[in-house]
Amino acid sequence: MITLEHYLILAAVLFCIGLWGALAKRSAIMVLMSIELMLNAVNINLVAFSRFLTPDALVGQVFAIFVIVVAAAEVAVGLAIVINIYRERQTSFVDEFDWLKW
Amino acid sequence: MIENAWLIPVLPAVAFVVIVFLIRQFKMLSALTAIAAMAVSFIISVGIVWEIIQGGATMKKPVEYFVNWLDLPGLNIQAGILIDPLAAAMLFVVTFVALLVMIYSVGYMHGDPGFSVFFSYLSLFSASMLGLVVANNYFQMFFFWELVGLCSYLLIGYYFHKPSAVQANKKAFITNRWGDFGFMLGIFFLFLVFGTFNFGELAKAIPKYDNVAFLTLAGILVFIGPIAKSAQFPLHVWLPDAMEGPTPVSALIHAATMVAAGVYLVARGFVLFHSVETVALVVAWVGGLSALIAATIALVQDDCKRIMAFSTMSQLGYMLMALGVGSLTAGMFHLTTHAFFKALMFLAAGSVIHATHKQNIFEMGGLRKSMPITTWTTVIGALALAGIFPLAGFWSKDEILVAAYTEGAYALFGLASLVAFMTAFYMFRMVFVVFWGDEPEGQHAHESPLTMTIPLIILAFFSIFSGFIGSPLVETGFFSYVYYKYPHPPEPNYMIMISSTVLALAGIGLAWLIYGKKSISAEALKQRFQPIHTLLYNKFYIDELYLWLFDKVMLNISTAFNWNDRHIVDGIFDGIGDLTRAAGARLRFIHTGSLQNYALVIFAAVVIIMLWMAVPALGGI
Amino acid sequence: MVSPVVFWVVAVLLVAAALAMVLARNIVHSALFLIVSFIGYAVLYLFLEADFLAAVQVLVYAGAVSILLVFAVMLTRRGNMQESNLFNNYKVTGALIAAVLFLLIGNMVLNTSWAISSIAAPESTVGPLAELLLGKFVVPFEVAAILLLVAMVGAIIVARGVKDSK
Repeated sequence: MITLEHYLILAAVLFCIGLWGALAKRSAIMVLMSIELMLNAVNINLVAFSRFLTPDALVGQVFAIFVIVVAAAEVAVGLAIVINIYRERQTSFVDEFDWLKW
Repeated sequence: MIENAWLIPVLPAVAFVVIVFLIRQFKMLSALTAIAAMAVSFIISVGIVWEIIQGGATMKKPVEYFVNWLDLPGLNIQAGILIDPLAAAMLFVVTFVALLVMIYSVGYMHGDPGFSVFFSYLSLFSASMLGLVVANNYFQMFFFWELVGLCSYLLIGYYFHKPSAVQANKKAFITNRWGDFGFMLGIFFLFLVFGTFNFGELAKAIPKYDNVAFLTLAGILVFIGPIAKSAQFPLHVWLPDAMEGPTPVSALIHAATMVAAGVYLVARGFVLFHSVETVALVVAWVGGLSALIAATIALVQDDCKRIMAFSTMSQLGYMLMALGVGSLTAGMFHLTTHAFFKALMFLAAGSVIHATHKQNIFEMGGLRKSMPITTWTTVIGALALAGIFPLAGFWSKDEILVAAYTEGAYALFGLASLVAFMTAFYMFRMVFVVFWGDEPEGQHAHESPLTMTIPLIILAFFSIFSGFIGSPLVETGFFSYVYYKYPHPPEPNYMIMISSTVLALAGIGLAWLIYGKKSISAEALKQRFQPIHTLLYNKFYIDELYLWLFDKVMLNISTAFNWNDRHIVDGIFDGIGDLTRAAGARLRFIHTGSLQNYALVIFAAVVIIMLWMAVPALGGI
Repeated sequence: MVSPVVFWVVAVLLVAAALAMVLARNIVHSALFLIVSFIGYAVLYLFLEADFLAAVQVLVYAGAVSILLVFAVMLTRRGNMQESNLFNNYKVTGALIAAVLFLLIGNMVLNTSWAISSIAAPESTVGPLAELLLGKFVVPFEVAAILLLVAMVGAIIVARGVKDSK
């Protein structure tokens, strides 16, 4: 019997893997990909809550759709920024993006 | 005429505005505008005096009208006109002297680059003084009082390219600020208790009030104003330096306006000053001591304008003494006659200076031959000032002496008699040195133009005859109109009359022996009394004392405060700033600029917060 | 209801793909593992009876987003793709924080008593979702549309770069 907890734990695992990737990888594109992984994990949570707690309302799925929309927008703009930075600096490594420092 | 009294201060003020903003380039037109405005004011004043002689207003029933200038709950300040014989006498004196000074200035200031400006200042000065005289409340009086101070600053510093003039006008202004401060505090105290600035209402309220300590405090505070304005000890130091201004200004300041304002204030607030014994005593003794100090200093000065300045201070001391011992009539009468002969003396001195371009009397001599009109008018003025029968000064000074004597103030009476002797001596010392004696080399003096001599002659006429209006010889004179509570006709006291005349004649005689006939050597006397001479010549070192007080005492205190301000107060705030900056200099290194570093910190913080909230041992759920 | 065996297979594959994505040293491999995990998510949606979302997941993520990512890789990397996707200095620290976070979340999930509902899910979610999106949630829906438009325009402008000349 697969219960809500299974889905939540699975989503937590995926989220934390994504977090690790976002924190620990050098490539900016990889950071974006990891963030997509995390967002999808969140969506799993939303849909699982929707399925197990309020199966007839579907509000969780609506929310998941909006998350997908925002994620799509984010990845488009994020990649554009990465490309722009790459054009200016010939690098796509986040740890070299340090112009904010003192 | 009385209902038109508001025009008296307004006309010169309008003249000032017109000259400054419209016709400054036209010199003669400016002078004529100022003189015309003053002449109309003078005519109105004469009309008011005439109506008062007809009984149009008395001390008990003054004519008063006003508008509310500021009307708030708990604060009502009026702008009004108060005409009684006291104000009328002042109006007459001020407009008369100001008019003559203006006419005289046309000659004296001829060719001066600031001719028009000078006349505009004179107009404003007169307007301020006249506004002060007609004021019906302390607040309005204070307002014009300040304006008078401002104008004196402008006029004393008229030759602003001379450093000494700049110093002098600053000194006058700052010294007067001390007085103004006391005056202001005093009237605020009065307002606090009585809720009004109006003279009439205060005169009704003060005698019913029985807190002696408060009245003493308020009275003395208000009196600090006249001390500074009328150049009384210890705030007299500005007066001799005020001689830096053009001589007509000195005449105006010393005869009719600035210094008279203080005496007038004491007369106007007579109820306050006589509600408490102590205050009256302070007024009388400040006056008496100032008279003595000034007279002794004047004995040895050699600048003719300074001699006159100390003489003014001395005479003002007389007036305050008279007011202090309780004779409003005597004080105001002396103010009136003094205005005439002191203006005469100053204008004559101006005439001499105009002719010789010198001020030290020992560099002049024998001017009697080349300047006869100046000489004889000066002699008349000096005789009047010395109090020789039957000139104006005799009657008014006599009345003061009588007042002091009958009030039982014998010490003050003796002091005043001594001053009378000294006055005669130093005035005739100057007269003999300047107009008799030998002509020094290269002196090409010539008589001054008519615009200057005619005012002298007019003033000489008044110096001779104005005394009769208040003498015991007339039935209804000055004393029947200007009085406090009820009229006091002067009783001729022949003993005092004779003794004061003898003293004055003795002074003149001594001056003649030393400086006219030279049978007693001035040099020998000087050698013999060297320390006293030095002390007097340096004006009792009061200026030096003040200088020391400011330079050493106050400056050191200021330096201490300055140090405190710079190092302690500023130090605290600079320290806070430096601390913030130093902290920033250290803390900025935690801003790596690295995106993932920030993200790491954020999530670490999330973890910590979650731990804190989720773990029961740490206070979580 | 899904049989546990199927679920576990999918779950293991999904976690393996995610881990492989993070650990891969070649960024193209990472992108491919990401696509695998996207498909795994779609399967999970099917398990959760969210058929419309599963379709959207495949279309948007496995289709569009993946292509975008691969394009970005192509535009920013030239030549050799070996060693193109390394860890930075936070490999251990990041893993530690992620692990602690997981423990906390897992603890919370297991310690919460969920109010499980026994109502059956609708047969098809497309119709009800359409009614919700164009009815109750029409305003957020339109805002999302505008957001997409703005993001598209912004992405074009940013990616094209600002010309130096005026």
